[in-house]
Amino acid sequence: MSEADKTPNAPVERETKVDVRAPRKRSELEKAISSKSFWRGVVALIGFVLLWEVCSRMEQWTGVEVPWIGKVPPPTEVLAAWTEIFWFAGYWESWYLSTGRVFAGFIAAMVLGIPFGLCLAVNRYFHDIFFPPFEVLRPIPPLAWVPASIVFWPTTELSIAFVTFLGAFFTIVINVLGGAKSIDIRFLRAAQSMGATQWDLFRKIILPGTLPSIFTGAAVGMGITWEVVLAGEMISGGGQQGGGGLGFFIWSSYMGGTVAQVIVGMISIGIAGYLSSSLIRYIGSISMPWRRLF
Amino acid sequence: MATNTETSTGSAKGKATLELKNVNRTFGTEWAREEIIKDFTLTVNPGELTVIVGPSGCGKSTLVNLVAGFDKPDGGEILLNGQKITGPGHDRMVVFQETALIPWQTTRENVVFGPKLRGDRKTAEIEAEADRLLNKVGLAEFKEKYPIQLSGGMQRRAELARAMINHPLVMIMDEPFRGLDAMSRELMQEFFVRLFEENRRTNLFVTSEVEEAIFLADRLVILSNRPTSVREVIDIKLPRPRDFHMLSSPEAFEYKRQTMEILHEEAMKSFNRTDRAFKSAAE
Repeated sequence: MSEADKTPNAPVERETKVDVRAPRKRSELEKAISSKSFWRGVVALIGFVLLWEVCSRMEQWTGVEVPWIGKVPPPTEVLAAWTEIFWFAGYWESWYLSTGRVFAGFIAAMVLGIPFGLCLAVNRYFHDIFFPPFEVLRPIPPLAWVPASIVFWPTTELSIAFVTFLGAFFTIVINVLGGAKSIDIRFLRAAQSMGATQWDLFRKIILPGTLPSIFTGAAVGMGITWEVVLAGEMISGGGQQGGGGLGFFIWSSYMGGTVAQVIVGMISIGIAGYLSSSLIRYIGSISMPWRRLF
Repeated sequence: MATNTETSTGSAKGKATLELKNVNRTFGTEWAREEIIKDFTLTVNPGELTVIVGPSGCGKSTLVNLVAGFDKPDGGEILLNGQKITGPGHDRMVVFQETALIPWQTTRENVVFGPKLRGDRKTAEIEAEADRLLNKVGLAEFKEKYPIQLSGGMQRRAELARAMINHPLVMIMDEPFRGLDAMSRELMQEFFVRLFEENRRTNLFVTSEVEEAIFLADRLVILSNRPTSVREVIDIKLPRPRDFHMLSSPEAFEYKRQTMEILHEEAMKSFNRTDRAFKSAAE
């Protein structure tokens, strides 16, 4: 009946007899701690903080000011400022507000950008109509949209979220478009031969084939949303409430004259950005098991 | 060695015939028109392994695309069992150059992909046949692996399984073993020839390797230079089942000499043409 019943022996490939069984499962944390590059990173960070401390205290100790870093408060002072504001609700409210704005804009950009990019890639008419205006709007920096956005939207909150959205949207669309266009045509042809409909091609080939680019776009876009949200908060003056987000926090600390607190704000943003992009990388590795192998 | 009394035309019953009749394919617009395939006529006999050999860049892949239905001829027609080919279909399965396994599907998912899409068989039936085929191509232990975890030879065998599960009438092989190292390539050729000999599915095999062509073929079709047409058809009368010792026989040697001579002539034509163009440009 079927050809599978009669069996010629498959060729023996000695050279490829590699043991590909998975080794004992180790947690991500365990893997990270046992890797050399993790410890290199730890040592580098400690070294950097030590150097900073020494350089900023140089004037105090020897009377010689180290240019540039000498003007910056040392890490110990920053840490002191941090522990002080750590217990203020306003500081955490800044985190909360900025994160909320970033994710509002970012999620909106993903929700609209991914289908838009995919449509640009798969439909010629859609591409002909929407790509030219898209390309004209794309080079406009998100911050240039701030005044227009304030006029356009009823509340400050919406204006900031809109500017944030723009920052991520264009990057995501361009990545999705490029990713979908670069899918190997043989995958599409093979699927077509086997009887795939247009919808099958989209669902089984184009969408999973674009996932790596979607996550690249998301990671880059996330970085841009943080840049944009802070600038937006500085410009808009942080809204009516007390805490106006991390951008406003930095701005008001600068106005209030505490440089250490400005640095606390800056580092907070660094951490927030790192956490957000780690989250994206994590979701990426879960949704693309075929890429997690190396 | 087991004796096999089948001759190359012995088991044609119930097998598909593929005919190409005066096929033309031209690329480019009016003022820069280039004929890639011109007046191409060939019949791939039922149950035969027809190997097409030609210099690289002569339009072999264009030919494959036409037969597979990815592309349409500008003139002439291609018939499968007398019916005109109008588009891709699972009656003709292509095994592509390098590998075209879908990277985000495991080996097993790749194999069941076609029948599951069409839903023309029961899931249990599909899974059972996938298991049998994977066993047959020696990948039973690797069915949950992704294509990048397989060696080159394993990927080609997975592709064969993925094609066979669709029960095609014709298999179209587009330089399938290109990019494999010499040893894996030889093993794959031997494996493939045994697969073919056991069910004799009509097969169109495209290659640029003369030895591979002679080792596999019932009929060897040598292509002309561009615009591509059939230059010569040689019946390869080496006995089946084939094995590699046959390649050192005097007949095989004669086939090889003949083929090389024609290919050389064709290559010289294009060489002379570019040479002339070069001279006239230099003047």
